[in-house]
Amino acid sequence: MMEAVRVPTFERFYEEQRGPVLAQLRRMLGRDAADDAFQETFLRALRAYPTLRHGRHLRAWALQIARNVAIDALRRTPLTAADVPDLETVDEPLPYEELRRLTATLPHKERAAVFLRYGYDLSYEQIGNALGQSPEAARQAASSGVRRLRRKERS
Amino acid sequence: MTVPAELDRRFRDAAAAAGLLDVAYELHDSPVGTLFVAVTDRGVCEIHYDADPEAEADRLARLFGTRVLRAPRPTDDARRQLDEYFAGTRRAFDLDVDLGSARDFGRTVLEQLARVPYGELTTYGTLAGRAGKPRAARAVGTIMNRNPVPIVLPCHRVVGSSGALVGYAGGLDRKRLLLELEGALQPG
Repeated sequence: MMEAVRVPTFERFYEEQRGPVLAQLRRMLGRDAADDAFQETFLRALRAYPTLRHGRHLRAWALQIARNVAIDALRRTPLTAADVPDLETVDEPLPYEELRRLTATLPHKERAAVFLRYGYDLSYEQIGNALGQSPEAARQAASSGVRRLRRKERS
Repeated sequence: MTVPAELDRRFRDAAAAAGLLDVAYELHDSPVGTLFVAVTDRGVCEIHYDADPEAEADRLARLFGTRVLRAPRPTDDARRQLDEYFAGTRRAFDLDVDLGSARDFGRTVLEQLARVPYGELTTYGTLAGRAGKPRAARAVGTIMNRNPVPIVLPCHRVVGSSGALVGYAGGLDRKRLLLELEGALQPG
Protein backbone atom coordinates (compact mmCIF):
# COMPACT_ATOMS: atom_id res chain seq x y z
CA MET A 1 0.00 0.00 0.00
CA MET A 2 1.31 3.43 -0.88
CA GLU A 3 1.95 5.62 2.09
CA ALA A 4 -0.39 8.58 2.19
CA VAL A 5 1.56 11.85 2.14
CA ARG A 6 -0.44 14.57 3.77
CA VAL A 7 -0.49 18.00 2.12
CA PRO A 8 1.77 20.19 4.29
CA THR A 9 0.71 23.62 5.50
CA PHE A 10 1.12 26.28 2.85
CA GLU A 11 3.80 27.87 5.06
CA ARG A 12 5.93 24.75 4.87
CA PHE A 13 5.33 24.34 1.12
CA TYR A 14 6.29 27.98 0.55
CA GLU A 15 9.44 27.76 2.68
CA GLU A 16 10.61 24.70 0.80
CA GLN A 17 9.80 25.86 -2.74
CA ARG A 18 10.44 29.61 -2.72
CA GLY A 19 14.20 29.30 -3.36
CA PRO A 20 14.01 26.92 -6.33
CA VAL A 21 11.06 28.84 -7.80
CA LEU A 22 12.89 32.17 -7.65
CA ALA A 23 16.01 30.60 -9.19
CA GLN A 24 14.01 29.22 -12.10
CA LEU A 25 12.13 32.49 -12.68
CA ARG A 26 15.40 34.45 -12.73
CA ARG A 27 16.83 32.06 -15.30
CA MET A 28 13.79 32.48 -17.51
CA LEU A 29 12.93 36.16 -17.04
CA GLY A 30 15.88 38.03 -15.58
CA ARG A 31 15.98 39.54 -12.13
CA ASP A 32 13.34 42.28 -12.25
CA ALA A 33 10.55 40.45 -14.03
CA ALA A 34 11.23 37.44 -11.82
CA ASP A 35 10.13 39.36 -8.73
CA ASP A 36 6.63 39.97 -10.09
CA ALA A 37 6.42 36.43 -11.40
CA PHE A 38 7.47 35.10 -7.98
CA GLN A 39 4.45 36.65 -6.33
CA GLU A 40 2.12 35.51 -9.10
CA THR A 41 3.48 31.95 -8.93
CA PHE A 42 2.75 31.56 -5.24
CA LEU A 43 -0.62 33.29 -5.47
CA ARG A 44 -1.59 30.76 -8.17
CA ALA A 45 -0.29 27.95 -5.99
CA LEU A 46 -2.32 29.31 -3.07
CA ARG A 47 -5.51 29.38 -5.17
CA ALA A 48 -5.00 25.82 -6.32
CA TYR A 49 -3.75 24.50 -2.97
CA PRO A 50 -7.10 23.24 -1.62
CA THR A 51 -7.42 20.98 -4.69
CA LEU A 52 -4.25 19.01 -3.83
CA ARG A 53 -5.05 15.46 -2.77
CA HIS A 54 -1.63 14.49 -1.47
CA GLY A 55 1.76 15.99 -0.72
CA ARG A 56 3.89 14.21 -3.32
CA HIS A 57 5.77 15.90 -6.19
CA LEU A 58 5.28 19.38 -4.75
CA ARG A 59 8.63 20.60 -6.12
CA ALA A 60 7.63 19.63 -9.66
CA TRP A 61 4.19 21.15 -9.16
CA ALA A 62 5.64 24.48 -7.97
CA LEU A 63 8.17 24.65 -10.80
CA GLN A 64 5.46 23.87 -13.36
CA ILE A 65 3.37 26.79 -12.09
CA ALA A 66 6.48 29.01 -12.24
CA ARG A 67 7.12 27.98 -15.85
CA ASN A 68 3.54 28.76 -16.80
CA VAL A 69 3.73 32.16 -15.14
CA ALA A 70 7.05 32.91 -16.86
CA ILE A 71 5.70 31.93 -20.25
CA ASP A 72 2.63 34.09 -19.73
CA ALA A 73 4.93 36.98 -18.83
CA LEU A 74 7.01 36.45 -21.97
CA ARG A 75 3.87 36.42 -24.12
CA ARG A 76 2.50 39.59 -22.56
CA THR A 77 5.63 41.66 -22.97
CA PRO A 78 5.06 44.32 -25.63
CA LEU A 79 7.60 44.09 -28.41
CA THR A 80 8.92 45.78 -31.50
CA ALA A 81 10.29 44.11 -34.63
CA ALA A 82 13.96 44.51 -35.49
CA ASP A 83 17.00 42.99 -37.13
CA VAL A 84 17.17 39.28 -37.52
CA PRO A 85 20.55 37.53 -37.31
CA ASP A 86 20.93 33.85 -38.00
CA LEU A 87 20.11 32.31 -34.63
CA GLU A 88 21.88 29.05 -35.30
CA THR A 89 25.23 30.73 -35.78
CA VAL A 90 24.99 32.23 -32.30
CA ASP A 91 26.95 30.20 -29.77
CA GLU A 92 26.26 32.11 -26.57
CA PRO A 93 22.71 32.44 -25.35
CA LEU A 94 21.40 35.73 -26.70
CA PRO A 95 20.79 38.51 -24.21
CA TYR A 96 17.20 38.53 -23.12
CA GLU A 97 16.34 41.96 -24.54
CA GLU A 98 17.75 41.21 -27.94
CA LEU A 99 15.99 37.91 -28.26
CA ARG A 100 12.77 39.49 -27.14
CA ARG A 101 13.04 42.03 -29.90
CA LEU A 102 13.96 39.47 -32.52
CA THR A 103 11.07 37.19 -31.83
CA ALA A 104 8.46 39.90 -31.45
CA THR A 105 6.49 39.04 -34.54
CA LEU A 106 6.41 35.25 -34.17
CA PRO A 107 3.23 33.38 -33.24
CA HIS A 108 3.11 32.73 -29.48
CA LYS A 109 4.02 29.04 -29.50
CA GLU A 110 6.92 29.50 -31.89
CA ARG A 111 8.14 32.50 -30.00
CA ALA A 112 8.09 30.71 -26.70
CA ALA A 113 9.92 27.70 -28.17
CA VAL A 114 12.59 29.85 -29.86
CA PHE A 115 13.00 31.87 -26.70
CA LEU A 116 13.44 28.90 -24.42
CA ARG A 117 15.70 27.06 -26.87
CA TYR A 118 18.05 29.88 -27.85
CA GLY A 119 17.67 32.27 -24.94
CA TYR A 120 17.78 29.75 -22.13
CA ASP A 121 19.36 26.77 -23.77
CA LEU A 122 16.64 24.41 -22.57
CA SER A 123 16.30 20.96 -24.11
CA TYR A 124 13.26 20.23 -26.28
CA GLU A 125 12.02 17.95 -23.55
CA GLN A 126 12.14 20.79 -21.02
CA ILE A 127 10.50 23.16 -23.49
CA GLY A 128 7.79 20.63 -24.22
CA ASN A 129 7.13 20.31 -20.49
CA ALA A 130 6.98 24.05 -20.06
CA LEU A 131 4.60 24.56 -22.96
CA GLY A 132 2.50 21.47 -22.35
CA GLN A 133 3.60 19.85 -25.63
CA SER A 134 5.61 16.85 -26.71
CA PRO A 135 9.38 17.37 -27.19
CA GLU A 136 8.82 16.81 -30.93
CA ALA A 137 6.14 19.51 -31.11
CA ALA A 138 8.50 21.86 -29.24
CA ARG A 139 11.30 21.10 -31.73
CA GLN A 140 8.98 21.77 -34.65
CA ALA A 141 7.73 25.03 -33.14
CA ALA A 142 11.30 26.22 -32.59
CA SER A 143 12.47 25.29 -36.07
CA SER A 144 9.46 26.76 -37.81
CA GLY A 145 10.01 29.92 -35.75
CA VAL A 146 13.60 30.08 -36.93
CA ARG A 147 12.52 29.51 -40.57
CA ARG A 148 10.00 32.30 -40.23
CA LEU A 149 12.68 34.65 -38.92
CA ARG A 150 14.98 33.74 -41.83
CA ARG A 151 12.27 34.40 -44.38
CA LYS A 152 11.67 37.76 -42.83
CA GLU A 153 15.37 38.51 -42.94
CA ARG A 154 15.50 37.80 -46.67
CA SER A 155 12.41 39.76 -47.54
CA MET B 1 18.60 30.54 -3.65
CA THR B 2 17.74 32.88 -0.78
CA VAL B 3 14.59 34.91 -1.33
CA PRO B 4 15.17 38.59 -0.44
CA ALA B 5 13.26 39.65 2.68
CA GLU B 6 11.40 42.40 0.84
CA LEU B 7 10.15 39.99 -1.84
CA ASP B 8 9.13 37.51 0.85
CA ARG B 9 7.22 40.16 2.79
CA ARG B 10 5.44 41.37 -0.36
CA PHE B 11 4.17 37.87 -1.10
CA ARG B 12 2.95 37.32 2.46
CA ASP B 13 1.08 40.65 2.38
CA ALA B 14 -0.38 39.91 -1.06
CA ALA B 15 -1.56 36.46 0.00
CA ALA B 16 -3.43 37.97 2.95
CA ALA B 17 -4.78 40.91 0.94
CA ALA B 18 -6.13 38.51 -1.69
CA GLY B 19 -8.17 36.76 1.00
CA LEU B 20 -6.63 33.40 0.12
CA LEU B 21 -5.54 32.28 3.60
CA ASP B 22 -7.38 29.94 5.94
CA VAL B 23 -5.17 31.13 8.80
CA ALA B 24 -2.61 33.93 9.11
CA TYR B 25 -0.23 33.93 12.06
CA GLU B 26 2.64 35.84 13.59
CA LEU B 27 4.92 35.47 16.61
CA HIS B 28 4.64 38.37 19.04
CA ASP B 29 6.87 39.33 21.96
CA SER B 30 5.09 40.11 25.22
CA PRO B 31 5.86 40.35 28.96
CA VAL B 32 4.67 36.73 29.29
CA GLY B 33 6.94 35.46 26.52
CA THR B 34 6.58 35.01 22.80
CA LEU B 35 2.96 34.53 21.78
CA PHE B 36 1.82 32.66 18.69
CA VAL B 37 -1.13 34.74 17.41
CA ALA B 38 -3.35 33.32 14.66
CA VAL B 39 -6.44 34.70 12.92
CA THR B 40 -8.97 33.52 10.37
CA ASP B 41 -11.21 35.90 8.42
CA ARG B 42 -13.74 35.39 11.26
CA GLY B 43 -11.48 36.45 14.09
CA VAL B 44 -8.66 35.43 16.41
CA CYS B 45 -8.54 31.63 16.43
CA GLU B 46 -5.48 30.97 18.55
CA ILE B 47 -3.08 32.49 21.03
CA HIS B 48 -0.46 30.08 22.26
CA TYR B 49 2.36 30.32 24.81
CA ASP B 50 5.76 28.79 24.04
CA ALA B 51 4.54 27.55 20.68
CA ASP B 52 6.43 25.37 18.26
CA PRO B 53 5.23 27.35 15.21
CA GLU B 54 5.37 24.41 12.83
CA ALA B 55 3.39 22.14 15.15
CA GLU B 56 0.82 24.89 15.74
CA ALA B 57 0.52 25.54 12.00
CA ASP B 58 -0.09 21.81 11.44
CA ARG B 59 -2.77 21.75 14.10
CA LEU B 60 -4.52 24.82 12.68
CA ALA B 61 -4.39 23.30 9.19
CA ARG B 62 -6.38 20.32 10.45
CA LEU B 63 -8.96 22.62 12.04
CA PHE B 64 -9.31 25.39 9.45
CA GLY B 65 -7.66 24.25 6.19
CA THR B 66 -4.13 23.86 4.81
CA ARG B 67 -3.62 27.45 3.69
CA VAL B 68 -1.86 28.50 6.87
CA LEU B 69 0.80 31.17 6.34
CA ARG B 70 2.94 33.36 8.56
CA ALA B 71 1.49 36.72 7.52
CA PRO B 72 1.74 39.54 10.08
CA ARG B 73 -0.69 42.04 8.56
CA PRO B 74 -4.00 40.31 9.43
CA THR B 75 -2.78 39.83 13.02
CA ASP B 76 -1.80 43.48 13.50
CA ASP B 77 -5.01 44.53 15.25
CA ALA B 78 -4.90 41.66 17.75
CA ARG B 79 -1.21 42.21 18.48
CA ARG B 80 -1.71 45.95 18.97
CA GLN B 81 -4.53 45.31 21.44
CA LEU B 82 -2.38 42.78 23.31
CA ASP B 83 0.38 45.40 23.58
CA GLU B 84 -2.15 47.88 24.98
CA TYR B 85 -3.43 45.29 27.46
CA PHE B 86 0.08 44.59 28.74
CA ALA B 87 0.81 48.33 28.91
CA GLY B 88 -2.25 48.67 31.17
CA THR B 89 -4.09 50.97 28.77
CA ARG B 90 -6.69 48.43 27.59
CA ARG B 91 -9.16 46.65 29.85
CA ALA B 92 -11.37 45.00 27.24
CA PHE B 93 -10.50 43.47 23.89
CA ASP B 94 -12.43 44.62 20.87
CA LEU B 95 -11.75 41.54 18.75
CA ASP B 96 -13.84 38.87 17.05
CA VAL B 97 -12.97 35.35 18.14
CA ASP B 98 -13.23 32.31 15.88
CA LEU B 99 -13.99 29.31 18.08
CA GLY B 100 -13.86 27.01 15.06
CA SER B 101 -15.39 23.64 15.75
CA ALA B 102 -16.16 24.27 19.45
CA ARG B 103 -19.75 23.13 20.05
CA ASP B 104 -22.37 22.78 22.73
CA PHE B 105 -21.21 23.11 26.33
CA GLY B 106 -17.61 23.94 25.36
CA ARG B 107 -18.72 26.86 23.21
CA THR B 108 -21.24 28.09 25.78
CA VAL B 109 -18.59 28.06 28.52
CA LEU B 110 -16.13 30.04 26.37
CA GLU B 111 -18.85 32.55 25.53
CA GLN B 112 -19.60 32.97 29.24
CA LEU B 113 -15.89 33.26 29.97
CA ALA B 114 -15.65 36.20 27.58
CA ARG B 115 -18.01 38.13 29.88
CA VAL B 116 -15.88 37.87 33.03
CA PRO B 117 -14.71 41.48 33.55
CA TYR B 118 -11.16 42.78 33.77
CA GLY B 119 -9.66 42.52 37.23
CA GLU B 120 -12.37 40.22 38.62
CA LEU B 121 -12.13 36.60 39.66
CA THR B 122 -14.70 33.89 39.23
CA THR B 123 -14.67 30.16 39.99
CA TYR B 124 -14.94 27.07 37.83
CA GLY B 125 -18.23 26.22 39.52
CA THR B 126 -19.72 29.67 38.99
CA LEU B 127 -18.82 29.59 35.32
CA ALA B 128 -20.31 26.10 35.02
CA GLY B 129 -23.53 27.46 36.50
CA ARG B 130 -23.62 30.40 34.07
CA ALA B 131 -23.23 27.92 31.24
CA GLY B 132 -26.21 25.95 32.57
CA LYS B 133 -24.47 23.02 34.30
CA PRO B 134 -23.67 24.03 37.89
CA ARG B 135 -22.15 20.62 38.71
CA ALA B 136 -19.73 20.64 35.77
CA ALA B 137 -16.85 22.53 37.45
CA ARG B 138 -14.38 19.82 36.49
CA ALA B 139 -15.43 19.91 32.83
CA VAL B 140 -15.05 23.69 32.89
CA GLY B 141 -11.50 23.19 34.18
CA THR B 142 -10.74 21.05 31.13
CA ILE B 143 -12.30 23.62 28.81
CA MET B 144 -10.21 26.38 30.43
CA ASN B 145 -7.10 24.26 29.98
CA ARG B 146 -7.83 23.98 26.25
CA ASN B 147 -8.95 27.60 25.77
CA PRO B 148 -7.76 28.39 22.22
CA VAL B 149 -7.40 32.14 22.86
CA PRO B 150 -6.06 32.75 26.37
CA ILE B 151 -5.68 36.38 27.53
CA VAL B 152 -8.42 37.53 25.12
CA LEU B 153 -10.78 34.91 26.58
CA PRO B 154 -9.70 35.45 30.20
CA CYS B 155 -9.35 31.95 31.63
CA HIS B 156 -6.72 33.40 33.97
CA ARG B 157 -9.63 35.00 35.90
CA VAL B 158 -11.08 31.61 36.79
CA VAL B 159 -9.86 30.12 40.09
CA GLY B 160 -10.82 27.38 42.52
CA SER B 161 -13.66 27.84 45.03
CA SER B 162 -11.06 28.14 47.81
CA GLY B 163 -9.39 31.00 45.94
CA ALA B 164 -6.42 28.85 44.88
CA LEU B 165 -5.21 29.61 41.37
CA VAL B 166 -5.41 25.85 40.59
CA GLY B 167 -3.93 25.71 37.07
CA TYR B 168 -3.18 27.47 33.83
CA ALA B 169 -2.17 26.11 30.42
CA GLY B 170 0.59 28.73 30.23
CA GLY B 171 1.82 27.96 33.75
CA LEU B 172 0.76 29.40 37.11
CA ASP B 173 3.44 32.11 37.01
CA ARG B 174 1.77 33.62 33.98
CA LYS B 175 -1.69 33.36 35.55
CA ARG B 176 -0.39 35.21 38.61
CA LEU B 177 1.33 37.85 36.47
CA LEU B 178 -1.82 38.56 34.44
CA LEU B 179 -3.93 38.86 37.59
CA GLU B 180 -1.38 41.20 39.17
CA LEU B 181 -1.37 43.30 36.03
CA GLU B 182 -5.16 43.60 36.31
CA GLY B 183 -4.97 44.41 40.02
CA ALA B 184 -6.90 41.25 40.96
CA LEU B 185 -3.96 39.94 42.98
CA GLN B 186 -1.44 41.77 45.12
CA PRO B 187 2.09 41.34 43.81
CA GLY B 188 3.70 38.76 46.07
